[in-house]
Amino acid sequence: MTRHADLAAAQALGLTAEEFEKICEIQGGEPTYVELAIYSLMWSEHCSYKHSRPVLGRFPTTGPRILQGPGENAGVIDVGDGWAVAMKVESHNHPSAVEPFQGAATGVGGIVRDIFTMGARPCVSLDSLRFGELTEPRQRFLLDGVVGGIAHYGNCLGIPTVGGEIYFEPSYEGNCLVNAMCAGLLRADDIVRAVAAGVGNHVVLIGSKTGRDGIGGASVLASQEFDETLEEKRPSVQVGDPFTEKKLIEACLELLNEHHVVSMQDLGAAGLTSSSSEMASKGFVGLDIHADRVPLREADMEPWEIMISESQERMLAIVEPAKLATVQSICDRWDLDCTVIGEVTDTKMLRIHWHGEVVGDIPARRLADESPVVRTPSAKPAYIVDDPVTVDDASYPQPDDLGAALTQLLAAPNIASKRWAWEQYDYIVQANTVQIPGADAAVLRIKGTPRGIAFANDCNGRHCYLDPYRGAKAAVAEAARNLSCAGALPVAVTDCLNFGNPEKGEIYWQFEQAVEGIAEACEALDTPVVSGNVSFYNESFGQAIYPTPMIGMLGVYDDVSLHVDGAFKNEGDVIVMLGPAEAFVDGSEYQKVHYGRVEGRVPDLDLALEARLQAALRAAISRRLLKSAHDCAEGGLAVALAESAIASGATGGAQWSDPETPKPAAEGRWLGADVAIGAAGRPDLALFGEAPSRVVVTCAPADLDAVRALAGDLPFTVLGVVTGATLRCTMGDEELLALPVSELHRVYESLPERLA
Amino acid sequence: MSSTSPQPVRFGVVVFPGSNCDADAHHALSTFPCATVDYLWHKDTDLKGVQAVVLPGGFSYGDYLRCGAIARFSPIMQAVKDFAADGGLVMGICNGFQTLTEAGLLPGALIRNTGLKFVCRYVNLRVENAQTPFTRACAEGDVLRIVVKHNEGNYTVDPETLAAMKANGQVVLRYCDADGVPGDAANPNGAVEHIAGVCNETRNVFGMMPHPENSVEAALAGGADGRRLFQSIIDTLSGAEVTS
Repeated sequence: MTRHADLAAAQALGLTAEEFEKICEIQGGEPTYVELAIYSLMWSEHCSYKHSRPVLGRFPTTGPRILQGPGENAGVIDVGDGWAVAMKVESHNHPSAVEPFQGAATGVGGIVRDIFTMGARPCVSLDSLRFGELTEPRQRFLLDGVVGGIAHYGNCLGIPTVGGEIYFEPSYEGNCLVNAMCAGLLRADDIVRAVAAGVGNHVVLIGSKTGRDGIGGASVLASQEFDETLEEKRPSVQVGDPFTEKKLIEACLELLNEHHVVSMQDLGAAGLTSSSSEMASKGFVGLDIHADRVPLREADMEPWEIMISESQERMLAIVEPAKLATVQSICDRWDLDCTVIGEVTDTKMLRIHWHGEVVGDIPARRLADESPVVRTPSAKPAYIVDDPVTVDDASYPQPDDLGAALTQLLAAPNIASKRWAWEQYDYIVQANTVQIPGADAAVLRIKGTPRGIAFANDCNGRHCYLDPYRGAKAAVAEAARNLSCAGALPVAVTDCLNFGNPEKGEIYWQFEQAVEGIAEACEALDTPVVSGNVSFYNESFGQAIYPTPMIGMLGVYDDVSLHVDGAFKNEGDVIVMLGPAEAFVDGSEYQKVHYGRVEGRVPDLDLALEARLQAALRAAISRRLLKSAHDCAEGGLAVALAESAIASGATGGAQWSDPETPKPAAEGRWLGADVAIGAAGRPDLALFGEAPSRVVVTCAPADLDAVRALAGDLPFTVLGVVTGATLRCTMGDEELLALPVSELHRVYESLPERLA
Repeated sequence: MSSTSPQPVRFGVVVFPGSNCDADAHHALSTFPCATVDYLWHKDTDLKGVQAVVLPGGFSYGDYLRCGAIARFSPIMQAVKDFAADGGLVMGICNGFQTLTEAGLLPGALIRNTGLKFVCRYVNLRVENAQTPFTRACAEGDVLRIVVKHNEGNYTVDPETLAAMKANGQVVLRYCDADGVPGDAANPNGAVEHIAGVCNETRNVFGMMPHPENSVEAALAGGADGRRLFQSIIDTLSGAEVTS
């Protein structure tokens, strides 16, 4: 006889009294334990988006290129010639904070499954990571584990990890962020949606056996704050098996692309429960699941455990009876389990069977549609100020040595080279990589076409903390700017919204403000949001992370040979800054590193100006007028110049077909710059202050007028020329700094030895 | 440049479960007009009449137990051994190199990088022996710029065997600087004497850690230096004159 659960049991699983009452109403009485377990997971924050759904409707999600917007495993964008890109980003913050290596590894595994489930071959990964300051030993442990886990899983799958970002702020100390992004290529006609259809069709489980690992991961980890019980939560982190996932990719793409299955869904958070209920609810059908037929890794598992296990590397497919033998033979070929565990019914019920007994019987659509919605009354936090910092020599004394201030910034972990991380990733496999990591954007070609795609990740959490609306808007603009700097047209966004506890009014205010900023920027830059993920409860002992709405963006090329990178190419080339000259201390890396402060209000960003600036950049690049283009971001103008100089000596990016453009300087033979800063204002702010909508470009002197003409009425400042081996900045007659590029390079690459 | 033969050279790329550079090797060979290429499935027992076999990079069997340790027991490997014993050309790249050492077709072993981390990096390779079927399109002392990506690429071999290998010209590639000088700074994994690639005594089996299949197109980040190794095989099998 099936036991029924009461309110106390519901509350133990994190459900509220109101939610329990709603469940009783839907079920017509107290639910069984299996039913309660299913509700508790599907109605958890992680699966139901109960706090974020009412706000996320603000995003633009449609456009002529958008083939699939939010609501599927991934968004899909038309990139030309019948090709499409499926992309999504997902957080694996909480598991990574508990067990960094496996947490990050399974984060990669999960997002990769989302992509190939759409019928796309995963072709690129990017990872956006946040940690506390590296002076803390635990943060180094987390960093090592996370980077190692991403490498372990992604390298084994043969998916190039070509981009990403890593930042360090004290606010992430208790809650590191691991946002894994993946994109895949598919034919636009071959999109597969995770919808169950065809009464009488088989429900087939493919891949790994089911164990007790990860039970309740979504609810236990991702829907609560952390406290002193952190260690106890380790058993809720899953363990990844990239070898099985690699075989799953090959088998599933064969099944999908050759139309051997009706549809497919991966088993992610909440395992069999979420995959089966989502497939049933989207298809307006029922599913009978025989939990006793699920192949198990350990004996004596209860049906509720089987239904909510988050064992990795499993897929659920709907298969017509006539095609079952073919599906089984393909799975056999790849040595994968393939088990019929149920069938599609016309009952519209998700019905769980256990050795002949019905142990759960839930209306699938009501489970999906009637999940609670919570809108916390928002409250502007007290720390938010309306005015920027007043910079005077008393509160912000000017540094005596601006050269030392520059090397201090280049050595800062947020700015310093991340080569030590990305050299652990295979960024070249699949033979499509045009631009390797370390640049503004990752660039790949589409084989067999002249086309290309580019990706960038961006979010300055410190800016978002000081002003979540402006900071989030700037994150979208910066991602687009990074793509435009590479010559790609930005076309779509996937986002990972990382915030604290949404039950708190101040966190909810940050969330609403950030969503508004993203929405406005996406509208202005014509980059709809096609997929994404919300990660709340990034708090430890009541301390929330900086609001971190990470933006992942896709750009496209009709002709990928028309791309540039940020490296200086030739002595004598003219250096130009496009965009406003004035820069600010508020929220800058300079403010944090040199003054040890985080305060003020970051400048607002003019979206119309931003759009015109990026259009001009792309126009100049597509006419082969620019030798280099580099976004001017953390560390301001001086750091942007230093990075272009350092990149001049580090070969690695392809130099495309233009035979007139020499290869970059050979390793160790650097190009520098001689630039004159405008005579107004404090020199340190001109060098290190930050402002949005700024790009440093170089061109041949003969092309300067053509570039200027394309820039139209945009702020346009000729800074100086590319020279040999030294970065020199002057203001009027005064030399502000002059440093050998080899020394800048040494400092820029010095983080690993300083941490050793 | 080398001449092309009227009959294309037939390559086979073995696919083990977990291989992930099989498609890249296939693609790289497809860029040669004078080559055709087929996949060879690990469960098969014949080589379908191919003239040269490539064991690709990746993580065969997840690299569980030890890199290449399980792959060497695949049914296809008996055919590869027989083929090699008959003088057939076999090239192992990265995981393929590891598998060839596990199978006893090449001397030595590949152990964990001294840095204890996976490393993906452009390296320079000095051609130490251009008198092999895999390097004849190069000259001794040529420097090739090719990417490495591995966690277990640290080549090791006992001193007696190494001395014999050197005497016999079996050390084919060494990690070096841009000017062709081998040294610690250029060595990404701690390999003994900076060895990146070796062949067997009869010079028809060759293994290397770097990935020439990711360096066949100048338009990509990997450059095109890897072409010369594949070109060497094609030249050898099509009977072309040595043209280095």
